[in-house]
Amino acid sequence: MRRLIESWPVYRQLTGMDPLGRGAAVKSARSAALTARTQTADTVARSVCPYCAVGCGQRVYVKDGVVTQIEGDPDSPVSRGRLCPKGSASKSLVTSPDRVRTVRYRRPYGTGWEDLDLDTALDMIADRVIAARAAHWEDRDAEGRPLNRTLAISSLGGATLDNEENYLIKKLFTALGAVQIENQARI
Amino acid sequence: MIQGSNMAEAHPVGFQWVVDAKQRGAKVIHVDPRFTRTSALADRYVPIRAGSDIAFLGGIVNHILSRGLDFREYVLAYTNAATIITKDFRDTEDLDGLFSGWDPVAGVYDPASWQYEGHQEDSPSVAEVAAHKEVAGGLRHESHGAPVGRHTQRDETLQDPRCVYQILKRHYSRYTPEMVQEVCGVPPDVFAEVCRAWTENSGRERTTCLVYSVGWTQHSVGVQYIRTGAIIQLLLGNMGRPGGGILALRGHASIQGSTDIPTLFNLLPGYLPMPHHAQHPTLDKWVEGTIHQAQKGFWGSARAYCVSLLKAYWGEKATPDNDFCFGYLPRLTGDHGTYQQTLDMIDGKICGYFLLGQNPAVGSAHGRAQRLGMANLDWLVVRDLYEIESATFWKNGPEIETGEIVTEECRTEVFLLPAAAHVEKEGSFTQTQRMLQWREKALDPPGDCRSELWFFYHLGRLIRQKLAGSTQQRDRPILDLAWEYPTHGPHDEPSAEAVLMEINGYTLPDRQPLSGFSELKDDGSTVCGCWIYSGVFKDGVNQAARRKPGTDQDWVASEWAWAWPMNRRILYNRASADPDGKPWSERKKYVWWDPERNEWTGFDVPDFEKTKPPSYRPPDGATGPAALAGDDPFVMQGDGKGWLYVPSGLIDGPLPTHYEPVESPIRNPLYKQQFNPTRRYYDRPDNPLNPVGSTVFPYVFTTSRLTEHHTAGGMSRTLAYLSELQPAMFIEVSPELAALRGLRPLDWAHVVTTRAVVEARVLVTDRLRPLRVENHAVHQVWLPYHWGYAGLVTGDAANDLLGIALDPNVLIQESKVGTCDVQPGRRPTGRALLAYLADYRRRAGLSEGNQRG
Repeated sequence: MRRLIESWPVYRQLTGMDPLGRGAAVKSARSAALTARTQTADTVARSVCPYCAVGCGQRVYVKDGVVTQIEGDPDSPVSRGRLCPKGSASKSLVTSPDRVRTVRYRRPYGTGWEDLDLDTALDMIADRVIAARAAHWEDRDAEGRPLNRTLAISSLGGATLDNEENYLIKKLFTALGAVQIENQARI
Repeated sequence: MIQGSNMAEAHPVGFQWVVDAKQRGAKVIHVDPRFTRTSALADRYVPIRAGSDIAFLGGIVNHILSRGLDFREYVLAYTNAATIITKDFRDTEDLDGLFSGWDPVAGVYDPASWQYEGHQEDSPSVAEVAAHKEVAGGLRHESHGAPVGRHTQRDETLQDPRCVYQILKRHYSRYTPEMVQEVCGVPPDVFAEVCRAWTENSGRERTTCLVYSVGWTQHSVGVQYIRTGAIIQLLLGNMGRPGGGILALRGHASIQGSTDIPTLFNLLPGYLPMPHHAQHPTLDKWVEGTIHQAQKGFWGSARAYCVSLLKAYWGEKATPDNDFCFGYLPRLTGDHGTYQQTLDMIDGKICGYFLLGQNPAVGSAHGRAQRLGMANLDWLVVRDLYEIESATFWKNGPEIETGEIVTEECRTEVFLLPAAAHVEKEGSFTQTQRMLQWREKALDPPGDCRSELWFFYHLGRLIRQKLAGSTQQRDRPILDLAWEYPTHGPHDEPSAEAVLMEINGYTLPDRQPLSGFSELKDDGSTVCGCWIYSGVFKDGVNQAARRKPGTDQDWVASEWAWAWPMNRRILYNRASADPDGKPWSERKKYVWWDPERNEWTGFDVPDFEKTKPPSYRPPDGATGPAALAGDDPFVMQGDGKGWLYVPSGLIDGPLPTHYEPVESPIRNPLYKQQFNPTRRYYDRPDNPLNPVGSTVFPYVFTTSRLTEHHTAGGMSRTLAYLSELQPAMFIEVSPELAALRGLRPLDWAHVVTTRAVVEARVLVTDRLRPLRVENHAVHQVWLPYHWGYAGLVTGDAANDLLGIALDPNVLIQESKVGTCDVQPGRRPTGRALLAYLADYRRRAGLSEGNQRG
């Protein structure tokens, strides 16, 4: 009977050193046998939280080709291991079943999504960029000064992306003569 | 001092340092229209009317100057307080809200009279200023001040009526505690407490840190909000010193990086301007346009930065003989910003649109305009992790319900391409303190998911392949582009480190990595994709990937990742020492001159030439860094000084002045001039504004974030945990307003502007309280802006309520304040919604052709 009562976490919380029930008081034979996902991971990548600009350090644990846990990186002098609710939820940002994993295509006047091969999509987009430039190219202004551009193409976004990505985006669009390139910093 | 930011809610992990400081005795003050989680942990919360911050801060400047509480030694040596301004300058106090030089036809100022004495002829013309405004030229100054040259006339006694100190003193003399009460609704005793706390906690022994976020930037006078904060921090000697400064808390993982290496229309990497068709016809003019001929300071080497970027873009094709392919760069002719683009989409001028992790259907001002614009494209490419609203407006946007968009009649072809998540690619983010942190890749992206690096590299490769052999002149820039990057893995992913190496820069022809921008050459012998990032690959080592634990380092932690420029953690840190190079105090020592070793040393990388002694005085005719004296700490400014007064480079004036928001319940109590006279507003029938003082739209609304969601919700309303934590759109109102309008907790209410009606659940709290402004009560309401019609939890989008009016310096929209009506119950639906809005506009006196009442 005594063992039964002592196995009751509330009793152990009230009588032991763990009144909030965050440690020893709530352990059981089963929980003692559990292993943290962070211990069984195949690899750990050192990353950075993708939400706000504080830049909290993350450790990304992968097992069998799947992200099994994302935790705050205690080494980071910025965040000291902490993450907010968003950073703590970032595993599901990556693993959610709702994530789009294949190309979706809506044809003009279409009423729903269709499937499209990624290579085909890339090819179609390249054709559309080339056609928009050709149809709406501005060589020179009214006074004959060079313009070298098209105003038929726009792009928006970049603040959630990497520096290296923004670099290639700006470089490519500039070489294509597309100047209407913007991102969240303007918002 | 936290103002224009709900740091505890929006940047919670950063806020741990505020709480730490508080536990060690720091006093925390929070100024905000609403009592928030930040207020709850502050020592003092100050409620303020949204849109009145310049009056509040100007009152603090007045408090400092009228009592002589400035840190005089710092102010004299390190700011332009002593500099003499032209005799023609007239202040807003003299001209009832306008500075001298106003040109009502051009809608800009002729700034000749604003200049330093003797510099009048350097002033840009009205036409140049107008062009500068169109292209948001002020944004270039993120890395350096506007050009000023030669020496300046100074009055070291600060008594000359034309010196900056005296001009500043006169300008703010009417910003009294009584005026602060009248404009901001802040009682004089509370205001006095803030003034006392800020001034007493500044000086030799102590420093005060100022924190802001988009609660300051998203206004038609946003730049001048921050300028007022800068004036206070300079007057009190808080810049360039530990525990001081102005901390801008940015809201996306690499929004700093995407400004430094800009996906912005008016900039090239490192804040170089995109060439303008009239102002920059040649390479020489382009370089000249960025610097003054006799420019002091490090910006004087701009030609090396420009040429090295062209070498990075066009490689061996860029030679001295062809001006390094400068002619290949496309030219700006005016405002090509995101809001101009939106209106151009509505007008059918734009064929194709790429959305790269951004969701304007929810996140941008005037959501209806965003969606109608996207519904009028030939094609739209959305690259995102989830099916965001901007990808589905054609089937489930609010305009489907009103009949303004009909799916079967909407011609836009939509490609939704899944993106790689942050753990599925390697690369660097630049966080809010200019620090680049490299992320290792944890695993490959699933299915068709790809990084932007992959998408743009292969899109470019394919376009070049398709255009190969073209004889069209327009195709030369893309065909001659240096576009060879090593690829690896099953998807031929380009190497992000190879791109970072190009950004860092290397020598030609031996491709040795550069260790910093001082090694850049203007003869084509160096390549550098972004001069301010040069040094991030110093010694061939990815410095951004350094991860020495914070606990194994001193408090500056300079071996964790890498901050631009040159791994400096505090900018302008020369100012942490006195003019003789000694720390202002032992307690606040940071960087100082070591007379024995004849060099600057300290905890951080000194933001100064390492061996230039404090006693150095430039010889006549010196240019570039050599023209800066040994006690000129603001090395990116033309005169080496921190600018209390901005003689050049700002569109709306050399000094911040209180103007009312474009939508306001009151007339401007300070001046006849109601609004920022230079604000950018698109005057068209689909962009109406609520009239000033309208009884139809009597309340003030503001919006901001919740901890559990992120911006337009694409990365949070799509996740189960976060959606469960914050499941529904709501509106927060005071008990007084609830009583006035019959709003009951958890019931529905709807908010109305001339643009939109948005419904939400009611939350009644005393965190909002009516403020007495000009002897009547101003009721403020608050809305989170995260909801939209896609995702796991849906709701109306608060940004639909907004019109489009922008700050003239940087073209950021005024989205933190507007006027509205609030009514109980749900909003009408379908066609009835349009009739409801039309009736509001009619009652407010707005009709076709009269959008501003």
